[in-house]
Amino acid sequence: MGRVVITGMGIWSCLGTDLETVKESLYNGKSGVGLEEERLTYGYQSALTGIVEKPQLKGLIDRHLRRGMSEEAEYAFMASRQAFDMAGVSQEYLDQNECGCIFGNDSSAKPVIEASRIMDEKHDTELLGQSFIFQAMNSTVNMNISTIFHLKGVNFTVSAACASGSHSIGLAYMLIKQGLQDMVLCGGAQETNFYSMASFDALGAFSGRMDQPAKASRPFDRDRDGLVPSGGAAALVLEDYDHAVARGANIIAEVVGYGFSSNGTAVISQPSDEGCMRAMQRAMKDAGVKASDIDYINAHATSTRQGDMYEAIALDKLFHGEHALISSTKGMTGHECWMAGASEVVYSVLMMTGGFVAPNINLENRDEYSQPLNLAEKTIETNIDVVLSNSFGFGGTNSALVLKKFKNE
Amino acid sequence: MNRVEIEEKVTNFLIEDLEIDEAKISADARLKEDLGIDSLDFVDIVVIVEKNFGFKIKPEEMAGVDTYSKFCDYIETKVK
Repeated sequence: MGRVVITGMGIWSCLGTDLETVKESLYNGKSGVGLEEERLTYGYQSALTGIVEKPQLKGLIDRHLRRGMSEEAEYAFMASRQAFDMAGVSQEYLDQNECGCIFGNDSSAKPVIEASRIMDEKHDTELLGQSFIFQAMNSTVNMNISTIFHLKGVNFTVSAACASGSHSIGLAYMLIKQGLQDMVLCGGAQETNFYSMASFDALGAFSGRMDQPAKASRPFDRDRDGLVPSGGAAALVLEDYDHAVARGANIIAEVVGYGFSSNGTAVISQPSDEGCMRAMQRAMKDAGVKASDIDYINAHATSTRQGDMYEAIALDKLFHGEHALISSTKGMTGHECWMAGASEVVYSVLMMTGGFVAPNINLENRDEYSQPLNLAEKTIETNIDVVLSNSFGFGGTNSALVLKKFKNE
Repeated sequence: MNRVEIEEKVTNFLIEDLEIDEAKISADARLKEDLGIDSLDFVDIVVIVEKNFGFKIKPEEMAGVDTYSKFCDYIETKVK
């Protein structure tokens, strides 16, 4: 079995649109949450959202390629471009070698709704145009990114709710580890337009703290009132270690473990401490590490009472008395949903290489379940060698990844 | 709608919607070879023409319509 290393990363999020800016935001505990007032006009209960810059692709991508791109595919292109640049992977390289592509994405609401509106009015598919089909499918990110970069390896999309991005990295890791791929571009993407989150807002799961956007997302805090939706894209170039060395690539970190589970419970939206634990345990077993080896845990905690509670119970059972620092970066980002599992790996690697743990912001009064956790309430400068990154989703899907600082052993 | 108005609208959507370089647009410009319009673009052109000129292109009527000028001729016959 081969070693799997990260040689490139890219990010397009409400914390910034380049790695350096995002690292500074993480270090400073800066919130990327704001208000989109038109959500209220549209009928949302909450106007809170991560504020993500819209990429300007005109001039970067030919219109023939651009016309099929959904919003999340645009974000993913910007992140992928950064990741390939960082990995030293040129278009010429991609034209001559095999690189796979696995993105996590679980919806593409805007083109579906816009096409439906035209059909309701015109009742004529010939008046839809050609773009919607390539924008509306869940695989929109994969089909666009693979086409734009002429990718020749594995090519499919992972739809696993809010664990999609994490599973995409896990699957890329497994394919490389088993020798089936030398290099895979993986990650997660999430649209942020106001069509995309209406049905989630319907659950009453979003924070209503609209007078204090930066304080709205409060993982593990007693006074939280819900999550804040957010999005963008994160991309990583995962590569076989020997392959990376042979082409002289700069190795950033190593993926050493992937764990997954399904809750096996009867309520579609209810998390499970047992399910979370099984994913974490499987990832640590795969990585060959013990709880005492973990230096930092990037929690999934989204700032909902139930989700935070079950994860806190699971973390306490596995890490009680251990030294691992824990924080949920969602206090800053909001919940980046399909992208979150990938962006949080990027955030964790930035912390690992930067020698700090980003704070779990807005944690003013811990709830009863997070009392025993070793939560980082402020930025802590410390050495991080091993990270555990958690992602959980509706329907009981769980994913956990273990990352290691790269050491040339 | 007169010929000048038709050409103005066609030129405008070629530049704005299809991002075709204005310098390439001329009466004799070939739609595929010179302007780079592909089969998927024609799917969008059906929508654009319906919005701008109020009729729906029928593919069977487009046979032989292969230049900018012939395309404007076709629209002119439909809007008269």
